Amino acid sequence: MLALLPPLAFLPPLIVLCPLAAATILLLSAGRMPAPATRVLAAGAVGLAAVLTLWLAVRFLSAPPPTHRLDVVLWHWLRVGGFDARIAFTLDPLSLVMMLVVTGVGFLIHLYACGYMRGDPDVARFFACMTLFVAAMLVLVLSSDLLCLYVGWEGVGLCSYLLIGFWYAEAANGAAARKAFIVTRIGDAALLCGLLLLATRAGGLDITMLLQPGQPGGPVAEAAAALLLGGALAKSAQVPFQIWLPDAMAGPTPVSALIHAATMVTAGVYLIARLHPLFLAAPTIMAATAVLGLVTLLLAAGSALAQTDIKRILAFSTISQLGYMFLALGTGAWGAAIFHLVTHALFKALLFMAAGAVILRVHHQQDIFHMGGLGRAMPGVFAAFAAGAAALAGLPLVTAGFYSKEAILQQAWHASPLLWAGALLGAFLTALYISRCVFIVFLGPVRTAPTGRTEASMAIPLAGLSVLAITGGLIEMPDAIAPVHLLFRLLAPVLGPPPAEGGAEGGAGLLLLTGALAPLAGIAMAWVLWRPRAGTAAPAAGELARAARAGWGFDAAYGLLLVRPFLALGWLNRRDLFDRVPDLLAAATRWGAAVLGRMQDGRVRRYAGWIAAGTVAALCLAVRP
Amino acid sequence: MIALYGLVLLPLAGAAAAWLAGRASPRAPWSVAIATLVLLAGLLAYVTHAVPAGGGPWLAHVSAPWIPALGITLRCDMDGLGLVLLWLTVALSFPCVLLSSRDIADAPGTFHALLLATIAGVDGVFIATDLFLFFFFWELMLVPLYVLITVWGHEDRTRAAFKFFLFTQGSGLLMLLSILGLVVVHQHQTGVLTFDYFTLATTHLSPPLAMGLMLGFFVAFAVKLPVVPLHVWLPDTHTQAPTAGSVLLAGVLLKTGGYGLIRFVVLLFPDAAVRFAPVALALGALGILYGAWLALMQDDIKRLIAYSSVSHLGFVLLGVFSGSALGMAGAVVQMVAHGLSTGALFVIAGALQDRLHTRDLRRMGGLWPALPHLSATGLVFAIASLGLPGLGNFVGEFLVLLATWRVSPPIAILGAAGLVLSALYALTMIGRAFLGSPPGDGWAALPDFGARHMTVLGAAMALLLALGLYPQPVLDLSLPALPHDAARPIASPPVAPGGPRP
Repeated sequence: MLALLPPLAFLPPLIVLCPLAAATILLLSAGRMPAPATRVLAAGAVGLAAVLTLWLAVRFLSAPPPTHRLDVVLWHWLRVGGFDARIAFTLDPLSLVMMLVVTGVGFLIHLYACGYMRGDPDVARFFACMTLFVAAMLVLVLSSDLLCLYVGWEGVGLCSYLLIGFWYAEAANGAAARKAFIVTRIGDAALLCGLLLLATRAGGLDITMLLQPGQPGGPVAEAAAALLLGGALAKSAQVPFQIWLPDAMAGPTPVSALIHAATMVTAGVYLIARLHPLFLAAPTIMAATAVLGLVTLLLAAGSALAQTDIKRILAFSTISQLGYMFLALGTGAWGAAIFHLVTHALFKALLFMAAGAVILRVHHQQDIFHMGGLGRAMPGVFAAFAAGAAALAGLPLVTAGFYSKEAILQQAWHASPLLWAGALLGAFLTALYISRCVFIVFLGPVRTAPTGRTEASMAIPLAGLSVLAITGGLIEMPDAIAPVHLLFRLLAPVLGPPPAEGGAEGGAGLLLLTGALAPLAGIAMAWVLWRPRAGTAAPAAGELARAARAGWGFDAAYGLLLVRPFLALGWLNRRDLFDRVPDLLAAATRWGAAVLGRMQDGRVRRYAGWIAAGTVAALCLAVRP
Repeated sequence: MIALYGLVLLPLAGAAAAWLAGRASPRAPWSVAIATLVLLAGLLAYVTHAVPAGGGPWLAHVSAPWIPALGITLRCDMDGLGLVLLWLTVALSFPCVLLSSRDIADAPGTFHALLLATIAGVDGVFIATDLFLFFFFWELMLVPLYVLITVWGHEDRTRAAFKFFLFTQGSGLLMLLSILGLVVVHQHQTGVLTFDYFTLATTHLSPPLAMGLMLGFFVAFAVKLPVVPLHVWLPDTHTQAPTAGSVLLAGVLLKTGGYGLIRFVVLLFPDAAVRFAPVALALGALGILYGAWLALMQDDIKRLIAYSSVSHLGFVLLGVFSGSALGMAGAVVQMVAHGLSTGALFVIAGALQDRLHTRDLRRMGGLWPALPHLSATGLVFAIASLGLPGLGNFVGEFLVLLATWRVSPPIAILGAAGLVLSALYALTMIGRAFLGSPPGDGWAALPDFGARHMTVLGAAMALLLALGLYPQPVLDLSLPALPHDAARPIASPPVAPGGPRP
């Protein structure tokens, strides 16, 4: 029986091939395929990838290879002048977890998109980009060579560009798409420089080779880590690169769920976790990662609190939650960061899809102050959104978000109480802004009457993710509740042994309690501020609220300091400075010709004068003593 | 191998035939040109196939006396670099003729004759190893193209063609001076008057003299490549040339500059090139950034693509002067990838001009629904042009940057910054031309790309993809032909003093 199964090494490339083949077929069909076939092909391909990934996981976990990794070399990519790069995959627990997230959540989102995009004339282009994205993301998490990873890294960026600008007739969508691509491309250039540095130092970019034990520290290690961090910050929309993500909400909602919440934006977290030995050799950069994560977490949470557009609330929330992951990475809590990545993928995809269901039912209205009382009209969507919101807020014990956030808080405390305090404030703010959103949208008086029904292809993913958002955290629990450490044990071969929950038992319990109280306090305060009342609700109008709503002025500052001077200088030089030089030469020639030409104007008197002058000059020279 | 001569003579014969056919019927020259290109591709395939395995870096050789009294021979040698670029030339000639020149109404016979003559000149440049013969081919590819632009170009063609001619001719004269200087010095030392590349490579030169002679060559190739600030002829010429001319210029003719830098600057004057490398690297980085910056500011779509060429070929300069096999290989891949992607972009820009009668991006926008196939191919090649990994341009840029980083990390960082700018201009171009809403009250019915365009451009795309994912064949070919020192033993003995070979 076992002999009939294909070898394990066969599966990872096959899983990548499923969405890639679908994307290729959809691209080549150029929109001629009927819409139902398009939907079946796309969702089917990603679904098949998900099933194969599950099967792979079962086989990998039931009989793990002795080194806990499986290498699949596909082909030699570049072999020249002492540099060698391969297109090769490595399956290990970390990439397996990422694959499960990408294909699992990806499949549910594709299913949802079948309903959400019904009636769009360009559905083939949509699904081509979506499946291409899944393939690129799988390449990113499977690559065993950083240059191969970079293919996936830029590939997901391209798909993100294509999908944000999917409705291209609106100029603003195209601008948002460009902004997302350019800002992340700045990070990509930094990442590329990091790769150049590593390749120069090590002669190749094979990850195993780069991560050999005994990493030398020093300025080179710090520089390499800083450049890699730059790439990760831009991809994961962290300060100072966070400006592209809120605008990216111009894309269709399934895109926001898949790319700008669950998967692509977590690529930076994955990159750092994957290369953590390089970061351990660079303590300054580790500290910077933690601080930037915390700053992002608080700034974005503050912005989320002031938004009026439901998708922008979720976008800022994503930035903020990614800040938690970077905080965890900066404190060396690799496992906790990946754990939060997984739970966040579940509950944030759920929130986006539920929000999308709401938006469809209220005639594409996205302003929460024009919604209200929707809980009665759409109890199912309300339940799903509430489950996601509870998980995001980290409602103690009963949600996935609680356990993953708790793991980060514990680690932050051990790194620095200051970081912990900031993270705790963030937990409070998170509960506050998402409760505000729930109360205003689903409770109180009805402001826009919803119509239609949420169809089954959208309801099923909502239900599935609701269950996962509630229970997904049970794979990993603090000792004070129950000693369950499935995820950290699984990841231990890659990320090192799980951190001991240091300190006295009582101390850990107290930390846990504080961490549990913060979201409760946030929900309570939100109830005080935004509980359903009669009359019209309006967004806060203070100076602080306006600054927060505008994302704290980063956009304006970049515009003033970078974009405008660059464009202004370019405009001045649009005719190309160097191009004036030949023009000047030509003018000088013409002028010289005119001047000298005047000597031959046919006037004999002037010729005689010149001859006389010449003769005199010659005589003077001849008789000079 | 006598077939090497055929690579030059066949297109010349085709040119004559096309000119004659033009007198018979207006459609005949096009067919003659296609037939010539098919035969040329077949001949090149034969040459490639006939290369003996393991025969050293020089793959083929042919020689015949020309002017024995002056030591001038018809000597041609082909190495991997030449072979790669010859294939690029043939590959790009097809889109030129298949897509762009079929509808030439004005004297189609002459047009195709000139096009084929240019191709003959380019082929000669890539194989000639007698410096006099090389210079002859260098001029041969210039003159027909000048006429092509003057007669079939756009509104400001006379000025552009004149500028093109002056720059190329002026710099070519500097090269001629350097060639003569080198020959005279060699004769002074050995008493042998020869223009043979391999013999001249053994000349002992004092450092200042080597630098001076090298600069003569460098300027000629730097104008062609082009290197900022000698690029100013290029935007005008590319913009005003007919589409086939733009494709040939960007796709192939600029590569003769890169080829010359490798063959006649770095390999002929290795020591001077090393001393000159810091300047060249700085010029390369300047070109990458300056070209991209100006591309972003253009309203004319062909000017935009022309400036993007300046930016892309800055990478070639970096690679050539990075002083390693890695950088050379990267430069070659970059030349091939740039030829394919920019050539395709010029085809698309030309098609847009045919349909809209403007090249002004301010008067475009929202073309995607009207021209879905054209827009999609435009997007694909713009993405290739911004260096997306998995496509050929990325491989070239990465290898060049890696080689540059080994020499000078700051220059490599500047080059990497160029990648951000390339994304900026490529996506801006796509956004302004194809996305958004159409100006006024929408586009009237426009003819989209048909099967012919989609097939040819699809083939270019497939080649770029192959180059991006499996560049090893090109890398292997370009490698052994690029020994960093010209003192490497040469496959065939030098020419006998002052006379024909036995």
